[in-house]
Amino acid sequence: MLRTLLSEDFPRSRALTAVVLLIVLGLVLAPFVFPGIRSLNTAATICIFIVLVASYDLLLGYTGIVSFAHTMFFGIGAYGVALSLKAFPASWGAVALGAGAGLVLAMGLALVIGLFALRVQAIFFAMVTLAVASAFLILASQLSGLTGGEDGLTYRVPRELSPALKLVSAKVMDVRLDGRIVSYYLIFGSALVLVLGLLRVVNSPFGRVLQAIRENEFRAEAIGYRTAFYRTAATCLSAGAAALAGVLMALWTKYTGPDTTLSLSIMIDILLMVVIGGMGTIYGAVVGATLFVLAKNYLQVLMASAAETTAGVPLLNELVSPDRWLLWLGILFVLSVYFFPTGIVGRLRGRA
Amino acid sequence: MTDQTSDASIPSPPLADRLKAQAPYWTVPGLAVLGLVLIADASTWGTLTLAGLAMGMLIFIMASGLTLVFGLMDVLNFGHGAFISIGAFVGATVLLALTGWTGADSLALNLGAVLLAIVAAMLATGGLGWFFERVIIKPVYGAHLKQILVTMGGLIVAEELIHLFWGPNQIPLPRPEMLKGSWVAGGVIVEKYRVLAVVLGAAIFIGLRWSLVHTRLGLLIRAGVENGEMVEALGYRVRRLFVLVFVAGSALAGLGGVMWGLYDEIITAQMGLNILVLVFIVVIIGGLGSVEGCFIGALLVGLMANYTGFLAPKVALGSNILLMVVILMWRPRGLLPAGKG
Repeated sequence: MLRTLLSEDFPRSRALTAVVLLIVLGLVLAPFVFPGIRSLNTAATICIFIVLVASYDLLLGYTGIVSFAHTMFFGIGAYGVALSLKAFPASWGAVALGAGAGLVLAMGLALVIGLFALRVQAIFFAMVTLAVASAFLILASQLSGLTGGEDGLTYRVPRELSPALKLVSAKVMDVRLDGRIVSYYLIFGSALVLVLGLLRVVNSPFGRVLQAIRENEFRAEAIGYRTAFYRTAATCLSAGAAALAGVLMALWTKYTGPDTTLSLSIMIDILLMVVIGGMGTIYGAVVGATLFVLAKNYLQVLMASAAETTAGVPLLNELVSPDRWLLWLGILFVLSVYFFPTGIVGRLRGRA
Repeated sequence: MTDQTSDASIPSPPLADRLKAQAPYWTVPGLAVLGLVLIADASTWGTLTLAGLAMGMLIFIMASGLTLVFGLMDVLNFGHGAFISIGAFVGATVLLALTGWTGADSLALNLGAVLLAIVAAMLATGGLGWFFERVIIKPVYGAHLKQILVTMGGLIVAEELIHLFWGPNQIPLPRPEMLKGSWVAGGVIVEKYRVLAVVLGAAIFIGLRWSLVHTRLGLLIRAGVENGEMVEALGYRVRRLFVLVFVAGSALAGLGGVMWGLYDEIITAQMGLNILVLVFIVVIIGGLGSVEGCFIGALLVGLMANYTGFLAPKVALGSNILLMVVILMWRPRGLLPAGKG
């Protein structure tokens, strides 16, 4: 059972197993163990980012393609649901319509970019995707009639997901079982399915070919695999998964705007999560996304207190101010590319 | 007699092939003529063309370093954007300190201030480029994936450092007194600053081309782009050449940053990343590693941005992507690809 679920790709290390179990348990029990809106929000964000980062890992870690358009696909999924819920009354049909449209658009766009940039010259891909993604970002913030521009869109979600719904009137472990909880478990369940699906993909024969392309493209081609086809297919799959992550994001936040879905800073966050977690292992995405989101939400608090204690020292104070946390993560990122190219997961596996 | 036989034995290629080889050079005039037909108003067209050329020249200044670095050492440097931002901030610091010169009604003092700012920016970014090459890029030669990741990381850190030293806000950067405003000649509006940008860009293009074609160093650089191993086998240190090109490219990025900051009259830490997108489009259009291709690409992008900005502002956003797609459909390796690909 477990073997089939994990597609025979076990964590292969006691420490890693413990970490992954801890994360999954933490996410399952989050609404009850860590009550409060803020921690529930953190947990949902972790679930969504795990999917987003795992789908990016399919490209970067397994196929060796650097794309900067991943947030674009994420945004397409989110905007699909947002626009559909804005246009129609909040119902599951509207959600399905928006999600379907976003998924189709994202995969179609990925196909076009992939056919175009991957066939021409692989090294162009990073640059072409950066150009396309930034054009898309500008487009989304300019077409304010459709997308709400910089302000984004707010909308109503189906009643089952809103706090108005009460499952049972009594409290369970001091937590009111309302639509928020339903919504959280919907996101958790979808994320779990998507991550297990991605694990299935990378451990299939198709995934092996992708790894062969990453290791030695020339040889993979010589054996007889059409590398352009496989790379394009990987791009489309990862774009589809990213769009679904966007759908979850749109359902959770009830708000979709360029800053939360499309901006390049999210793209940089994704890069950091993949590399620090460990490229080429879906588990790396799970660990990386969890640590990063936790750090983003709680490290800044820590840094703020550090800034207070060093208030007298001019430069040091600036260095530890909470706004500068990306500086430290950037340095950590560069160092981990050099010294820990396999990331946290690679370290944990290496020790076992 | 012998000359004649050898001439006869090597027939000149058919006209169509010769025209095909020339075709990339005709894209810029072609686009300009197309713009004239579509805009159908000579004075507006003149204004837009000049603006486009100025913008193209500025982009060229920043893109030339990136394309040479790629051509010579196969390094794709996302950190180039950081040099643009840092150049702009260093230049702005100098210009804002020299308000006495920039505010004066004398062209000489104004240009002197701009020149000083440019020199300071180039020194800063050149030095930083040296450091960047030594510390960040040297360990990852030959690994594209790591290069992209590491230089992207460098870009993040540099952006944060700018916030650290210059604060999180954007800084307005007024142009010097004599470079404000514009002349009007026969309905064509000629912004003074754009003239300076065109002159400077053309000078740098001519200087770069001259040193690449007519100096020994340029010969070695071109040979390195064509086949680095062979140059090394002949006893030249390609590595040293590369450091030189990297530093020069970074300095040019700094220069471009100052000029772009004065062009926009405002600077932000994110400007480097935003311009980097344009620079990439230019470098792809031109063909990675080629200075001439880069020049043509930059002019095309500049003209295209201004024409479509006037004709169809909504499409303008995608126009550069469209241009890139069209060029790559026609020539998959860019207009004038250099030796390596």
